[in-house]
Amino acid sequence: MSKAGWIRLVILAAFFGAVEALCRSGAISPKLVIAPTAMVEAMVDLLGSGEMNDDIRQTLGSVGIAMGLSIVVGFAMGCMFYWLPPLRRAVEPFLAAYYSLPHFAFYPLLIVIFGLGALPLIVLATLFAMVAMIMATLTGLDRIPRVLIKTARMQRLSLPAEIWHIRLPAAAPHLFSGLKLAVTYSFIGVIAGEFILSTSGLGHQIAFAYDNFDNKTMYGLILFVLCISIAFNLLVFAYERRLARQRGL
Amino acid sequence: MNIVARLTDVSRIYPPRAGHAAVHAMGPLSLELRAGEFFSVVGPSGCGKSTLLDVLSGLSAPSQGTVEFEGKPVAGVVPEGVGVVFQEDASFPWLTVEDNVAFGLRRLGTDPAEIKRRVDFAIGFMGLNDFRRAYPSQLSGGMRQRVCIARTLVLQPRLILLDEPFGALDQQTRLLMGDELLRLWRETSATVMLITHALDEANLLSDRIGVMSARPGRFIDVVETNWPRDRDSRLAERPDFGAVTSRLWSLLRTESMLALGQGAVAAQ
Repeated sequence: MSKAGWIRLVILAAFFGAVEALCRSGAISPKLVIAPTAMVEAMVDLLGSGEMNDDIRQTLGSVGIAMGLSIVVGFAMGCMFYWLPPLRRAVEPFLAAYYSLPHFAFYPLLIVIFGLGALPLIVLATLFAMVAMIMATLTGLDRIPRVLIKTARMQRLSLPAEIWHIRLPAAAPHLFSGLKLAVTYSFIGVIAGEFILSTSGLGHQIAFAYDNFDNKTMYGLILFVLCISIAFNLLVFAYERRLARQRGL
Repeated sequence: MNIVARLTDVSRIYPPRAGHAAVHAMGPLSLELRAGEFFSVVGPSGCGKSTLLDVLSGLSAPSQGTVEFEGKPVAGVVPEGVGVVFQEDASFPWLTVEDNVAFGLRRLGTDPAEIKRRVDFAIGFMGLNDFRRAYPSQLSGGMRQRVCIARTLVLQPRLILLDEPFGALDQQTRLLMGDELLRLWRETSATVMLITHALDEANLLSDRIGVMSARPGRFIDVVETNWPRDRDSRLAERPDFGAVTSRLWSLLRTESMLALGQGAVAAQ
């Protein structure tokens, strides 16, 4: 492990050690926070009992669909704006201001349109995550060195071959940044949506436990969501690191 | 005399854009490249040397005049048989040296055994054997440029166009790369056109040197060096070497001053 990795590990261990000690000593009331080891225990119990399986399936399914849609549609729209500059100039101010909008305020409207269930959540999360992918695609395509495009022409590549063999690999580091954001925003969109108004899913179960002062369940579920989200991001990050190492970045 | 490429009364004018007036970058100029010769182009900064290369290679179309390669018109598309090496690093950072060099052949669907044969030759020729599996980020600037030359070389171009390929390298590396380029030229019998701002480099490498005026660039003279075909950087030790460089500079001095906006000083 690198030096930075060790420092990171020490910081995390110190933080969780301190929280553990404060909780166990009673300095922090269990009504507020439970000890990290109790959170782990709660998570293992919840997963082992199977009582949350339907909620886990629903949330992860919604996140997966939102993630896939935001990545595919965001990439396609990014490419469309890149190749249609007048359209891009027209929509760019909206894209720039997009994340200043209170997206979750539209959730009731989405329920009216799409009904109760997973669909409005998927739409909300997709809308929330997609623009990050659009912006990353535009940045990636904008930053392809001109000399690589000239090289593609020198190699007499067709436009599809140029896109596949030159433009996409050249833009890959930026595309992965967008992908990472789309993963994170999809999780936030679905779980925050479930938290607000849904009747099932992990977000709803966290909110339900919170309303009933069931800290054990609440922290166990929060830890589970954290673990899943971090695992996804680590996967993308590992591939991104590989790309960066190849390119000496 | 066999003519490989011919430019006739070629001009390139960039149209007005976003409040900027049209730019007459180059021409009208005419040029004939003889089969198997090493031709260099020198000229003041911004005189249109790279524009000339873009037009000749088919990377951009001339505003006026005609461009031909092997008797056929070049119309905004790089013809088969023409290879271009750019000043900037054009290696693909996501591919190894071997995959970079094989790139063009794979796209053409060349037989794998033939790809291997040609890639092995080009990598060996460019002295990259120990770096076959390395990525460009693990190589020096000079080695990356060699990868780009090897990638062009495997396509067996009959006309190789080089746009200041050693511009970013130190003087010693430039000299050695120049030797490699001469060796490549001799062994492939290709016609080479080199764009450079280094007069010594043009002198050392070339059979003929086209000297361009300040923008819009036109040829003000073509200097014949009469060096033997079998030459290398030791040519610079010859007593008559400096005379050719001096002649190039005497042709270029006024044009370079004009390019720098010192027209009044040049007129004196």
